[in-house]
Amino acid sequence: MKPAPFAYLRPATLEEALAALAGQQGAKVLAGGQSLVPLLSMRLAAPSMLVDINALPDLGHVTVSPGGAGDGAGEGVRIGALARHADVLASAEATASQPLLAMALSHVAHPTIRNRGTTVGSLVHADAAAEMPMVLRLLDGSVDVASVRGRRTIPAAELFAGPLESTLAHDEIAVEAFFPALGPGAGVAFQEIARRHGDYALVGVAAHVETAGGEVTRARVGFVSVSDVPVVVDVTDALDDPAGAALAELEPADDIHATAAYRAHLVKVLTPRVLADAIHHARQTTTQGRSA
Amino acid sequence: MSIPGAEQLHDVRLHVNGSVHEVQVPARRLLSDALRHDCGLTGTHVGCEHGVCGACTILVDGRPVRSCLMLAVSAVDAEITTVEGLTEDDGSLSPVQQAFSDCHGLQCGFCTPGFLTTITAGLADNPDPSEEEAREMIAGNLCRCTGYQNIVKSVLRAAELGKGDE
Repeated sequence: MKPAPFAYLRPATLEEALAALAGQQGAKVLAGGQSLVPLLSMRLAAPSMLVDINALPDLGHVTVSPGGAGDGAGEGVRIGALARHADVLASAEATASQPLLAMALSHVAHPTIRNRGTTVGSLVHADAAAEMPMVLRLLDGSVDVASVRGRRTIPAAELFAGPLESTLAHDEIAVEAFFPALGPGAGVAFQEIARRHGDYALVGVAAHVETAGGEVTRARVGFVSVSDVPVVVDVTDALDDPAGAALAELEPADDIHATAAYRAHLVKVLTPRVLADAIHHARQTTTQGRSA
Repeated sequence: MSIPGAEQLHDVRLHVNGSVHEVQVPARRLLSDALRHDCGLTGTHVGCEHGVCGACTILVDGRPVRSCLMLAVSAVDAEITTVEGLTEDDGSLSPVQQAFSDCHGLQCGFCTPGFLTTITAGLADNPDPSEEEAREMIAGNLCRCTGYQNIVKSVLRAAELGKGDE
């Protein structure tokens, strides 16, 4: 249970970090390390070098950016690469802008892990059994990445390539994630079943709905731990049987903790429940009005 | 079989329990191992080594963190508190330690350092937890003796002691 040897660099600037990554094909980025260090210890990963970004300046922010003129485009929560899950969870501003963040984060491991683990790191670790990649996908967020070649924004729909595989190039660092704010008339909800609260979910489900005049105009549901990549299913036209629509697109698998049949059962039970919660949330927030 | 070349060592200055420890470690040295083997602070226990059990929990800048999921080289800028650093300046037991003694909060004692550090930070955040909140506070730590009832009692007792009740 000890990592294999690797070279180690703790750069003081982003430019230095990017140059190091560009020169080392086998390098990995270390931020919180709460997923990476176990992989190193179990020797499931053996990078030639770790580039520890914990000393980089200006990456610990959790900020809410106001919307642009008119349609609110661009409003949402911006999370820097060194913001810990606990920082995001503690941000009342972030919770007010996009309540699904806190709803999901309270299921991300235990407080002790959240004190060190970073939200951006969790996203690019791209674990389909983790909550935040699915939340980013459901909300159509994005991740900004930097390399010596410049910066680019990767939309959530293009971020997840496979099990524990993101579409970042080996020389790119994810510097910031963007989660869009909850729009007017929209509602969200999250539930998961785990062996112990905070452990990896057997199945986790989040829903995002949009309503107008009390009627649901759009409904989407995202799933944790039922596929190799985060999956989102549009159930707008299947509100009477959202679980059936979801299961038509999901292929739950067996593992040591649950059978495929049990996972399918959990999808069947949780999907309508979480969807109802989200619709309730949308109506509640519409009635009360938004604070921000 | 050839022996690989000597691994590069890093000079690391660790700030632990108010003291400075200058250690030389390979980059792959886990902080838990550095504390035990390089600093001689064997109060921090190593259980699962992949972040599940919580036995190795220490405080990093006052917040509970798994020391098996941090590298020693990554801890240079941090103020670390291990279970050895929880006692009062005069050597007497801290409220949390006293409460574990009062309520039989430990059986074999292996998980105890992780519980003591976790609860110390938990009570700093929430000095007057309900029983539900006390359970939530310790939910990330495993006791293989399954002594949770008395650990929950210890959290509540420590809260009383912290408020000055005798």
